[in-house]
Amino acid sequence: MSVRVELREVEFGYAEAQKGADAPGRRARPFHLAPLSLTIEPGEILGVIGPNSAGKTTLIRLLTRVVRPTAGEILIDDHALASFPGARLAREVAVVPQELPHAFPFTVEQLVLMGRYPHDPARYFESERDLTIARAAMTATGVLELAALPLDELSGGERQRAVLARALAQEPRLLVLDEPTAHLDLRYQAECVGLLRRVNRERRMTILLVAHDLNLAAEVCDRLLLLSAGRIAALGAPEDVLDEAQLRNVYGCEVVVDKNPAGARPRVQVAWPDA
Amino acid sequence: MNPARRLAAALGALALVLAAVVVLALFVGSARLSPGAVVAALTGRADADSVAAVVTLSLRLPRIAVAALAGGALAVAGVAFQALTRNPLAEPSVLGVSAGAAFGVVLAQIFGLGLTLLAALGLAAFAFAGALVAAGGVYLIAAAGTGLSIQTLLLAGVIVGIFFSSAITVLISIVDFNRLGGVIHWLLGNLAPIPPAALLVFTVLAAAGFWLVLGQARELNLLALGEEAAVQLGVDAERLKLRIFGGAALLTASAVAFAGPIGFVGLIVPHLLRGALGHDNRVLVPSALVGGAAFLLLADTLARNVIAPAELSVGVITSLCGAPFFVYLLRTRYRALP
Repeated sequence: MSVRVELREVEFGYAEAQKGADAPGRRARPFHLAPLSLTIEPGEILGVIGPNSAGKTTLIRLLTRVVRPTAGEILIDDHALASFPGARLAREVAVVPQELPHAFPFTVEQLVLMGRYPHDPARYFESERDLTIARAAMTATGVLELAALPLDELSGGERQRAVLARALAQEPRLLVLDEPTAHLDLRYQAECVGLLRRVNRERRMTILLVAHDLNLAAEVCDRLLLLSAGRIAALGAPEDVLDEAQLRNVYGCEVVVDKNPAGARPRVQVAWPDA
Repeated sequence: MNPARRLAAALGALALVLAAVVVLALFVGSARLSPGAVVAALTGRADADSVAAVVTLSLRLPRIAVAALAGGALAVAGVAFQALTRNPLAEPSVLGVSAGAAFGVVLAQIFGLGLTLLAALGLAAFAFAGALVAAGGVYLIAAAGTGLSIQTLLLAGVIVGIFFSSAITVLISIVDFNRLGGVIHWLLGNLAPIPPAALLVFTVLAAAGFWLVLGQARELNLLALGEEAAVQLGVDAERLKLRIFGGAALLTASAVAFAGPIGFVGLIVPHLLRGALGHDNRVLVPSALVGGAAFLLLADTLARNVIAPAELSVGVITSLCGAPFFVYLLRTRYRALP
């Protein structure tokens, strides 16, 4: 089930400000992702951290081929990502996005079933087997009893779990999460962390976790990738990457790093400046 | 309920409604035929030159066909534009696409295209070109703003609609009025029986547009998650958008060319169905075809009879219902949308 993803000298850039609404990868300023080499190891949880516009979202878009590298290549179990048909890629990599548009409030079950699309795009309605898999995914994230509810009637935490169930129904080998706890209160953050650990352990899913929240990343991830202005600033165990001097350099503010008394993982706090 | 059963139930119920409305439209009218006379005409037992036969077979039946086809086409176009723009208030007349198609039709009539088989094809081609230009214009105007927000898109649609309506007025003003025949009548959204050749062209084009949209109904659901999310689920978004854009424009163009720019059908019908059936496009698209047919036929039957022996334009009825309905949707259900 686990998958190995390798980026070889991957480059990507916008020469100038991009125009055109809705163009994937739209950006206000020029941006360049330096030649990036990196391996996501089978079964690991790799956290991607860094300031705004460090290249975190671009990395997700490259992995899901929403944008293509200008140089270099991405390999999934030694197969070039560039040659994958769209549906095949969606069976390898699933994304849990930051937010869900809500112009059309589908039900939870309808949303989760959408994850089955890449497994047989030619079908008009999903099969019984698709439904079984979707139910299992909803059970795993605890939203089965909400199956018939429209998404706009759910709380933020419930909606996040529904989206996660959709990604699980996709049965990917690499699960990519874009700031999964951004809009969640403490309880749902804790639930989300528990859920990720369980998915990683039980389904042997490789996970790429993009996070603004350094403490969440330190807590869940086996390794951290610190990006800064499109380059790798550090890559390694959370204790090594979350270094005071390093973070000050990358984020441009004073931080204090100590250990979380519960679990002894590193804990980062901003040293708030005086007026 | 699983979606296949939901669709079957919806189609069954809507087919019954449509059948009832067809019967109503056949038997009611300003000619005041007795039910027996209509049945006699339908079964071929009436004299071919009798009033009953002429009214039933040459007036009411073809008009029923035009109304049902146009209603189905406009309702499906509404669902398609809503999914494509991810804007629940989009629809051919609101987006100005109907006005673009209407401009094409007026232009075609100036060139003398009528309703024989070839001319009808030409007429539809002009309407299609007009619809594409208008939809493209809306997209360009809206894309120049900050993303495709609901308000920007609606505003762009209104602007394009006003532009093409004015262009039509200019054409009508500079061209000899007699050459345009019933154009004013048609512009108001007035259904009239059309010759079998034109009806054939209408059917084929609407069927092609319907097929383009229906074939991508599942992908349209994924598009509701956003274009990037759809791509990440394996959808070829560029191909999808092109097909839906083409299909919706074709449906709009065919309805406008042969029935006139009738407004709001693509808003009213899909939203009544959304309330009962949910937002699954695989259920909505086929249901909108049958539901739209029943709705416009009912509206037309009303238009023919409320001020008999005079006739109201069916477009007036749909707009009188549609405009308040639009405001209702805007103020209640979609108030919170960005």
